[in-house]
Amino acid sequence: MDIPYSRHTLDNGLDVLVHEDHDCPIVAVNIWYHVGSKNEKPGRTGFAHLFEHLMFEGSQHYDRGYFQPLQEAGASLNGSTNADRTNYWEVVPPNALELALWMESDRMGFLLPALTDHKFENQRDVVLNERRQNYENRPYGFAGMAVVGALYAPDHPYHWLTIGGAQDIQAARLDDVRAFFQTYYRPRNASLALAGDVTTERALAMATEYFGPLDAGEPPPPVEYTAPSPLAAEQRLLLEDRVELPRLYMAWHSPALYAEDDAELDLVADVLAGGKTSRLYRTLVFEERIATEVAASQNSREIGGFFQIVATAAPGRTLAELERAIARELNGLIEQGPNAGEIERCLAQAEAHFVYRLQTIGGFGGKSDQLNAYNTFLGDPGFFDRDLARYRRVMRSDLQRAAARWLRPASRVLLSVIPKGRLALALPDSHPVDVS
Amino acid sequence: MTADRSRLPPVGDDPAFTFPEIRRRTLASGLRVWTVEHHAVPLVSFLVLLPVGAAADPPERPGLAAITSDMLDEGCGGMTALDLHEALGRIGANLDTDIGADATLLTLSTLSRFADRGVALLADIVIRPRLEQRDFDRVRELRLNRLVQLRDLPPALADRAFAQMLYPGHPYGHTPIGTEGSLRAMALREIGAFHRQTYSPARTTIIAAGDAPHGQLADLAERAFGGWAARPAESGGPKDPATLKLPPPPADRVALVHRAGSAQSELRIGHVGPARSTPDYHALIVLNMVLGGQFVSRINMNLREDKGYTYGARTSFEFRRGAGPFTLSASVQSEATADAIREALSELRAIRGDRPVTPGELETGRAALTRGYPRNFETADQIARAAAQLALYDLPDDYFSTFVPRVRAVDEAAVTRVAAAHIDPAKLLTVVVGDREKVAASLRGLDLGRVAEIAAG
Repeated sequence: MDIPYSRHTLDNGLDVLVHEDHDCPIVAVNIWYHVGSKNEKPGRTGFAHLFEHLMFEGSQHYDRGYFQPLQEAGASLNGSTNADRTNYWEVVPPNALELALWMESDRMGFLLPALTDHKFENQRDVVLNERRQNYENRPYGFAGMAVVGALYAPDHPYHWLTIGGAQDIQAARLDDVRAFFQTYYRPRNASLALAGDVTTERALAMATEYFGPLDAGEPPPPVEYTAPSPLAAEQRLLLEDRVELPRLYMAWHSPALYAEDDAELDLVADVLAGGKTSRLYRTLVFEERIATEVAASQNSREIGGFFQIVATAAPGRTLAELERAIARELNGLIEQGPNAGEIERCLAQAEAHFVYRLQTIGGFGGKSDQLNAYNTFLGDPGFFDRDLARYRRVMRSDLQRAAARWLRPASRVLLSVIPKGRLALALPDSHPVDVS
Repeated sequence: MTADRSRLPPVGDDPAFTFPEIRRRTLASGLRVWTVEHHAVPLVSFLVLLPVGAAADPPERPGLAAITSDMLDEGCGGMTALDLHEALGRIGANLDTDIGADATLLTLSTLSRFADRGVALLADIVIRPRLEQRDFDRVRELRLNRLVQLRDLPPALADRAFAQMLYPGHPYGHTPIGTEGSLRAMALREIGAFHRQTYSPARTTIIAAGDAPHGQLADLAERAFGGWAARPAESGGPKDPATLKLPPPPADRVALVHRAGSAQSELRIGHVGPARSTPDYHALIVLNMVLGGQFVSRINMNLREDKGYTYGARTSFEFRRGAGPFTLSASVQSEATADAIREALSELRAIRGDRPVTPGELETGRAALTRGYPRNFETADQIARAAAQLALYDLPDDYFSTFVPRVRAVDEAAVTRVAAAHIDPAKLLTVVVGDREKVAASLRGLDLGRVAEIAAG
């Protein structure tokens, strides 16, 4: 199983990846810029994402919005920013591929001449609304900020979420946009994947025509950070929120994306909380009924990861009960390891999910997005089969060892999110955390 | 070669696209088995469509259809809930249960090599749920807890209040999860009775789509579901929502759900709209594209890109067997709540004639629906869900092949006509979920009459 591709690097450093798939008359255009919120500085957070918004406001040679001509040609399109990268994509009928490349290359090369104060201020308002809608106005919406804030030191680039701080967003200026664009939105800092109903030859010719003339630019500065040392002691925090049911977040530092133990911890998360037969769901929700829901995830990113377990208390149940039950299950896994049935289930699911990932050429998570992920983070677009192999080769003892190594009680963050004014519902000895 | 940036490159002719063939069988029990081949990836999706949804809930039991569908995978055939999920996990299957106003949809996707096992499990789930007391107690408790949590979620509060306001005393007047009182009063035997009365082969369509020949897909479904016996007394059962009467108009046009300290106001504006069977369907979806169905639509460009009131605003006609809602939704800055409502109402009025759709807007709207049409049918799951629309809404066999020409045939006059016919400014209702202290005074200034207050949850 793989995603066959060819790679061609233009003279300006832009990687062009092409994957042919003629099953459906559509083509995916997907571009990754290797810049995200980890390229920001404290006090200037939220900028990479605000910038992403401005990429949809028009560029020098077509300055009437980015959506109009593409939606008129039958495209679907979007973009997203995370800590490590910013991606943009269009899925178009083959007859509109050239249009999509024209538009993508125009904003890569010629965004700034079309930028105005008005556009900038409008999108700053839109982003502040996005933040209010998705964080401030959402139950448990600040928990993610509190967790990464506790795991990472203030100068570590994963200390803040991609959405950024409201004050930082308000403080952003148009000049910052110019500098950011010139530093990061360069062909050599990008990867372009074209997938779908187009020949490799035609795709390459068009990509070369539209992106080839753009200036390579200077290499962007490296991200400076100090690798976090394991937490010296358990941290207990509490956050009051407008919620009905208390929720416990348990988090640890964990390996970076594709690093040793990353796949193992992914499977540990699955054994713990993937589906009804998982250990935590079965114990907390199914049998003891002390939680209404439980989730576990290995959140691996380019320069580090964190493993997280989240459980919401059933009415009348305490977070202390949840903490004890989770710790008991985790200890059981660390002491005895998973059983053969659990490994069989997790591997079958992992394999099926790799096949599910081959179903779409474009959009978030489609084949073009995957080629760019592998190329951007590993320099190897053909990593699909070896990615799957990371899971296939895992043994029971590997999960046991990885869990024992990374998920130690002494190095965890425990965050209690509790209804406003009900401080007694937090785990004992928790300190209020200030996020907003 | 240097790119020509003096103008956008022309877009040539649209690619030809044909929806894959659907082959149909009807078993002796009345069960319809439809198959669609899709060979891109070694996967198969089985979809079970039961045209019974939340509208079939008895008036005193909102939530019955949804909790019944939730109980299906809590043990079935000879398996406990954990046995079943262990079996699904071992083949890496994805099981999805989806309940709407008109229908319950179960989808199981799996690797083709496990198709046989997957469809057998799906048959156990649909036909032979165990429906045991201790599982029911647990599932009900989870649903009650979910209701508690929804009280904190502005979009859920808004959807619920909006349904109540649009459809008082009507089967469409509640969200599928139901109410606390109803869930608490429910007994397990009601679930059993609902399952016996409504889950029947004669009502059901199974769609198998994926990487296998028609004959094989049909045989797989028939082997698994062939033993599902038709029941003699199938004449009863729930009423078809297509035959429902319209609800009476509500007393108030604006309702506020108070949520202290809300960072934004969650808005719903709309009224009861047309059913899926309306002859105006194609013109209405073009209208919606122009009005609020995509990024460049009037509502989003006004409220987001021009005013900066919101992260996004949209409209939709939710076409159902009966008259479904027409809804404008947005989450807006608290201080801009009344202004956003005023702008939205003004856009809804204008498109009916004062500022009718322009040729450019018409072209963008039609193109957005037609030019990228093939991307709606990329995966087996998408294809199965598309085919299910034919079954649920009694659409003709050539529906997908005539879709593009029928949308292309919609002209400006048709869009303006259906806007005037199906959007009635005098009937528009508004729900606001927000902080009373910040919004109540400005809402009264909108001149829409009394602002009714609805309790959260």
